[in-house]
Amino acid sequence: MLLYDLCKKVEPLFSAGGKLEKLAPIYEGTATFLFEQGNVTKNTKTHIRDNADFKRLIIMVFFAVFPCMFWGWFNIGSQTIAAMANHPELVEKAYSLFSADYHFALVKLLGGSLASDAGLYSKMLIGAVHFLPIYLVSFGVGAFWELLFCIVRKHEVNEGLFVTSILFALIVPPTIPLWQVALGISFGVIIGKELFGGTGRNFMNPALVGRAFLFFAYPAQISGDKVWVPVDGFSGATPLSHFAQTGDLGYSTTDVLLGNIPGCIGEGSTIGILIGGLALILMGVASWRIVFGGIVGVVLTALLFNYIGSDTNHMFALDPVKHLILGGFAFGIFFMATDPVTAAFTSKGKIAYGLLIGFMVVLIRVINPAYPEGVMLAILFANCFAPLFDYVVTQANINRRQKLAARVATKVGGN
Amino acid sequence: MASISSREAFTRPLIKDNPIMIQILGICSSLAVSSNMKTALVMGIAVTAVVSFSNLIISSIRKYIPNSVRIIVQMTVIASLVIVVDQLLKAFSYELSKQLSVFVGLIITNCIVMGRAEAFAMKYEPVPSFFDGLGNGVGYALVLCILGAVREIFGSGTFFGLELMKTVNNGGWYVPNGLMLMPPCAFFLIGLLIWLSNQLTKTEVKPEYDTSRKDAS
Repeated sequence: MLLYDLCKKVEPLFSAGGKLEKLAPIYEGTATFLFEQGNVTKNTKTHIRDNADFKRLIIMVFFAVFPCMFWGWFNIGSQTIAAMANHPELVEKAYSLFSADYHFALVKLLGGSLASDAGLYSKMLIGAVHFLPIYLVSFGVGAFWELLFCIVRKHEVNEGLFVTSILFALIVPPTIPLWQVALGISFGVIIGKELFGGTGRNFMNPALVGRAFLFFAYPAQISGDKVWVPVDGFSGATPLSHFAQTGDLGYSTTDVLLGNIPGCIGEGSTIGILIGGLALILMGVASWRIVFGGIVGVVLTALLFNYIGSDTNHMFALDPVKHLILGGFAFGIFFMATDPVTAAFTSKGKIAYGLLIGFMVVLIRVINPAYPEGVMLAILFANCFAPLFDYVVTQANINRRQKLAARVATKVGGN
Repeated sequence: MASISSREAFTRPLIKDNPIMIQILGICSSLAVSSNMKTALVMGIAVTAVVSFSNLIISSIRKYIPNSVRIIVQMTVIASLVIVVDQLLKAFSYELSKQLSVFVGLIITNCIVMGRAEAFAMKYEPVPSFFDGLGNGVGYALVLCILGAVREIFGSGTFFGLELMKTVNNGGWYVPNGLMLMPPCAFFLIGLLIWLSNQLTKTEVKPEYDTSRKDAS
């Protein structure tokens, strides 16, 4: 209640005519994040105003990615430990990083160990010291731009940024330089969102726009074999690119399902993603139609490629289930494709939108040798098509009803 | 008979009626040749030469051009000028002309040249027409050079081929931004330039919807 009193106390400062009137969006954002909005429905006795407004919905997504985030921490840790245990020649180098690399210095400071028998605490710690700086930078820089635009344009701040920043931090490799994180999230928030008018008016997912920027601007730090495990000189391909090169995953299906594989921080564990994703669907935040469409799209396209077959391209032979659990598909389809702003909003449109994503994911993975993974590009591509799907669906509805009306009219006229 | 001073004909297309930023013409070549300063500048000069002299020639003979075949006559004049420029480049700077490849030849199809011939030179006296062409060419070159400078500095750490920031591959600290060297990047930059020029000249188009959300509860 202390906090609430404080909020009420400073409110006059920010309201019209107050000293800090210009900074009103900051106050508004903080106050409604902490407490529910003070608005009630007036002049009626039958309506209840649901507390689950846009802010509360969006924060659900934030919590839903926690399982895969924590798994991501653990996985970074265990990948690091395993890399060191299997490649003793790298250990010397990694330990010498203790003084130079702040990540490992922090681990040591907080009592973590890098030995091969390191426990859960050390593994989580290694993950946390890699993930948290990325997240803090992406949130801080994103919030700076968002607030700047809100103050200039007199918008309300909302929690869209919480989701954008955590999603962005989860879809980059753990070794990404922090200045690239700052550049990427800046590009995503400014070009991907604010230029189109802010939250609710962007046609592409800002986190993915930011990642796409980094992907094309600095490919060496976001793709390839050397970026997934934070041990200098260690080369570990993601199962997908391993399969593309050799026709073999290099990991067991259980490992892939659990997420014991190198990859972007949050995309590894299909189980963790399912926990959060299914919760979102049950709460009605994410649309099951999009997820369903995506899965069907992947399965059908993968079956098609399996049927065609190829002697030179291993990816033709990857079976549909593997396509679903590998790479960033599960993460993308549950958390990024379902973004209500950039997805289609008609029911049939959602299914078509999901199908297009699934189709493009497999198409890019299999046909394009330059990109082992295609989820990011597939979702951005489908984002562009979402308004078209909605247009077609609504036009079809309008035409159908007009025909119906015309038929009724002639019948009535005939009688 | 409309009349316009040479001075106004020259200054208007520089910023206020810039062919790339306001008229959105000549985008194709500006995406293709603006990845470094050298090609951007040469392309700018080539287009300036072609558009100013084509305006001058077409304006001088405008009263003798039959209306029904005017496009063909304009094309003949423009194509001759482009061939002259192309041959000059090949004679004196063969390496550059190879870098610019087809884009010098494609000045013929550059909308700025045809557009100015049709919209200005056919109506006005030769001298203002020449300056209008010059202004449009310089306006085009200006935007091209801004794009070229940004893309070359951030994309490869150099300016006119001189090393400004030592890149990582050469043992320096600067990580070149690969996106800057790709043509789509010029799209973003042109968009940002349009934004900037609209802010400066206050010619902002009023949005269809009110974007402030004071009414939202």
